[in-house]
Amino acid sequence: MRYLPLTDTDRAVMLERIGAESVDALFADVPGEHYLDGPVEGLPLHASEMAVENHMRRLSKQNLAAADTAFFCGAGAYRHHVPSTVDHIIQRGEFLTAYTPYQPEIAQGTLQMLFEFQTQVARLYGCEIANASMYDGSTACWEAIVMAARLTKRDRILLSGGLHPHYVSVAETMARFTPGHVDYQLPVLASDPGDDALIARIDEETSCVVVQYPDIMGRISDLPRIAEAAHEKGALLIVVNTEPVALGALEAPGNLGADIVVGEGQAIGVGLQFGGPYLGLFAITNPKHVRQMPGRLCGETVDADGKRGFVLTLSTREQHIRREKATSNICTNSGLCALAFSVHMTLLGEKGLTALAAENHRLACKAADRLAQVDGVSVLNESFFNEFTIVLEREIRPLVRELTDKGVLAGVSLGRLFPDGDGRENGLLVTVTETVTDEDIEALATAIEEALA
Amino acid sequence: MNTMNQSGWKPGTPVPSAGEDDYPTATGNKALMLEEPLLFELGTRETCGVDLPEPAADASPRLGQFARKQPLDLPGLSEPETVRHYTRLSRQNYAIDLGLFPLGSCTMKHNPRLNEKIARMPGFADVHPLQPVDTVRGALGVINELAHWLIALTGMHGVAMSPKAGAHGELCGILCIRAALEARGDMRKVVLVPESAHGTNPATAAFAGYEVEDIPAGPDGRVDLAALKQRLGPDVAAVMITNPNTCGLFERDMKAISDAVHAAGGFVYCDGANFNAIMGRVRPGDLGVDAMHINLHKTFSTPHGGGGPGSGPVVLSEALSPFGPLPYTARTKDGVIHLVEEENADAFSAEHFDGRMQSFGRMTAFHGQMGMFTRALAYILSHGADGLRQASGDAVLNANYLLRSLDDVLDAPFGDAGHCMHEALFSDEGFAEGMSTLDLAKGLIDEGFHPMTMYFPLVVHGAMLIEPTETESKATLDQFVVAMRSLADRVKAGDETLNTAPHHAPRARLDEAQAARKPVLAHRKPETD
Repeated sequence: MRYLPLTDTDRAVMLERIGAESVDALFADVPGEHYLDGPVEGLPLHASEMAVENHMRRLSKQNLAAADTAFFCGAGAYRHHVPSTVDHIIQRGEFLTAYTPYQPEIAQGTLQMLFEFQTQVARLYGCEIANASMYDGSTACWEAIVMAARLTKRDRILLSGGLHPHYVSVAETMARFTPGHVDYQLPVLASDPGDDALIARIDEETSCVVVQYPDIMGRISDLPRIAEAAHEKGALLIVVNTEPVALGALEAPGNLGADIVVGEGQAIGVGLQFGGPYLGLFAITNPKHVRQMPGRLCGETVDADGKRGFVLTLSTREQHIRREKATSNICTNSGLCALAFSVHMTLLGEKGLTALAAENHRLACKAADRLAQVDGVSVLNESFFNEFTIVLEREIRPLVRELTDKGVLAGVSLGRLFPDGDGRENGLLVTVTETVTDEDIEALATAIEEALA
Repeated sequence: MNTMNQSGWKPGTPVPSAGEDDYPTATGNKALMLEEPLLFELGTRETCGVDLPEPAADASPRLGQFARKQPLDLPGLSEPETVRHYTRLSRQNYAIDLGLFPLGSCTMKHNPRLNEKIARMPGFADVHPLQPVDTVRGALGVINELAHWLIALTGMHGVAMSPKAGAHGELCGILCIRAALEARGDMRKVVLVPESAHGTNPATAAFAGYEVEDIPAGPDGRVDLAALKQRLGPDVAAVMITNPNTCGLFERDMKAISDAVHAAGGFVYCDGANFNAIMGRVRPGDLGVDAMHINLHKTFSTPHGGGGPGSGPVVLSEALSPFGPLPYTARTKDGVIHLVEEENADAFSAEHFDGRMQSFGRMTAFHGQMGMFTRALAYILSHGADGLRQASGDAVLNANYLLRSLDDVLDAPFGDAGHCMHEALFSDEGFAEGMSTLDLAKGLIDEGFHPMTMYFPLVVHGAMLIEPTETESKATLDQFVVAMRSLADRVKAGDETLNTAPHHAPRARLDEAQAARKPVLAHRKPETD
């Protein structure tokens, strides 16, 4: 087997040193009735590289790849062009095949990268401190809620209707098993994101208010107003961002009153990959809260010769030291996705991110204008970044399926995200990134026109 | 808190304290060992490594009132500068591609490059999680096929595929247990965890709202069955056991433990971090396990990536399967693989499972770690039933070879009890005064090896836990033995040069106390700028 270096001669010599008759004899502690005497039934025998590649390629061909379509899907997972350099760097074995940097003297590459990543995320979010990553945006969101409960010693969790419904589901699941209880109302299909109604529900029991920016319908909430109302009642404002490219055009949440900013970092450097692995981002505006943060933190220090170096630090928050008293149970996070994000962000810099955001917004405005011309289609949003909602006079989900036959992935129907109806089934979330061409926009508009005709 | 950078030292500055036998250079570089400044010391806000259209004068017509006004202060680099920055950084990392990485309980094995190629096929890499289901049948096929083989290898009934890593899988398993207990109106409060368990076990139980209590270990390094039986009762929801355990030993009484826990109305959670030792030889389902996470980034070789991403599917017993998280995939009799989410869960359960499925809910957005599923499936198919069995056999053979090549010079606390599984455990007994496990580990760095897991498990003083894995050749192990025997001699002789090791690494010992006392967690421009 090509991955196993030992020869039968090696095995014989090694068994002799061990004093065992056979490899099977090494498993003497396994009770005989529970030890399989041959290969697991049903599994085929080992296969060549070529055979496995062919099998997997056949499976991959049963999927419609985004590049082969006019593509408008978003809703928490975004298709951006990822520069070739990113994949080259993350495939370097020294990054790809390293473990968590527990031995800092021989892990400065990963550690310096994490320090740079933390700084990039903190600046992007307008925060003071960011951690070394979480699993994804949805789990980062729950961890922020738990942190807010620790800081405020309250357990009422107020979720905005504009929060991604998967993030809501994660919070509701976890709250079922913990002291927290969730207050959430489904979003209304309207251009107004519902800030007034949200603010009215903040009370003295509220630990945190969770607002997505831009929200699940692409709308942009008035964060400073919500922050003021939350802080007045002693609650924290958690802002969730699922599209970091938006922050090249929109003011950073940390500058608008957020206490904790979390999000999904996938859009920068990490591909779609059918939903994972992705990259949870986590940052705070008040450095005094750092000891309540979940996850790994990389910090600067010096070595015995006085040279600058980096280590994982403040580990007394973490499970391998604190066990059941840890701030979270997270161990492995999304290190390699953090590297991909950091390399892409380094290539962009402020200038590139600003230009990328502007191009996304320009194309999104163009698409919105074109779709608004289609009879029977109205654009819901007054404001948006690269994602907006259109409304039809009929259920839109079957239409989305129909359009795939024309090579158009038209977006994410709100009916898929919110199966409960109430008018939302007529909404379609359309996402337009720099990968979309003028021809794609025309194809989408024409396809909808034809379908509605 | 002071968040300014405290070190005056920068790459490019010669180091005055260089040793006598050193040859200082003007740049601080040493031939191929190149010091690298921070990105923030290299880049500028005007530099960009991507060609994009210039933004129009009014680039924000519909952003509402929150168009960005404050600068981001994110430096950029051109493409050649970017490649060089990260390539230089990469060379300061140890990695499995460079040599033996014997971290106990971490299973650092070779990462096949075929799997990287497969994960990047456009049909897997360039597919959106919310595309219409008919356009992603191949992706659902991968999830379903991998799920099938994980069930076959473990002898379990079902599997939850969405957990993002091992600790997330533990949480999934414990939530399944809690949901199953609540479904029968049983509000138990306690989870028992052995002292030798990974820290994630007690942290997970606490995160899921349980009180955590220790289970004592016997003198042979295994769970004390009699003591456990005594503690079991109507308040115990679950027992979390690692098998093989973190002393590198198989829990011989596992079935008896499971039977006792079940008789007391509780469930058995098995930490599957060490599944590599028994893959293809022992099925946890036969031992009475109710839930076990599988670290695809350990046993099934998806790369660790410097700390993730991982993937932690959880295999479940018949009693727990109905409670697993959404979404899940299921193949119906017509051969179609379905994606079951919030919207169709009840209807699907009614139609195909007689209404038995009562998922506890969603743990993460979307469907889990697809990029890891493709790699793990390729790994399983490449090895096949014979290769997986050979892999676990060689992993255990390699560990025992190291145990018996070192147990005459290092104390192996359980060495007399018989063979170990996939990892060999040593203690610091016999070290000279002033010499520690840390010193030996740092000496190993100078010998060109990554250190073993240190000071874990907690049940052994100065623990050194060595897991070589099956992808190491005998020649590599023999060189490691030479290094370890030399270091054993030196720690026993009190060789003080080890107290300051490593001497040949990119950095000398780092001041971790300072890092924690005055945390600097992000770069700030020096005030003099």
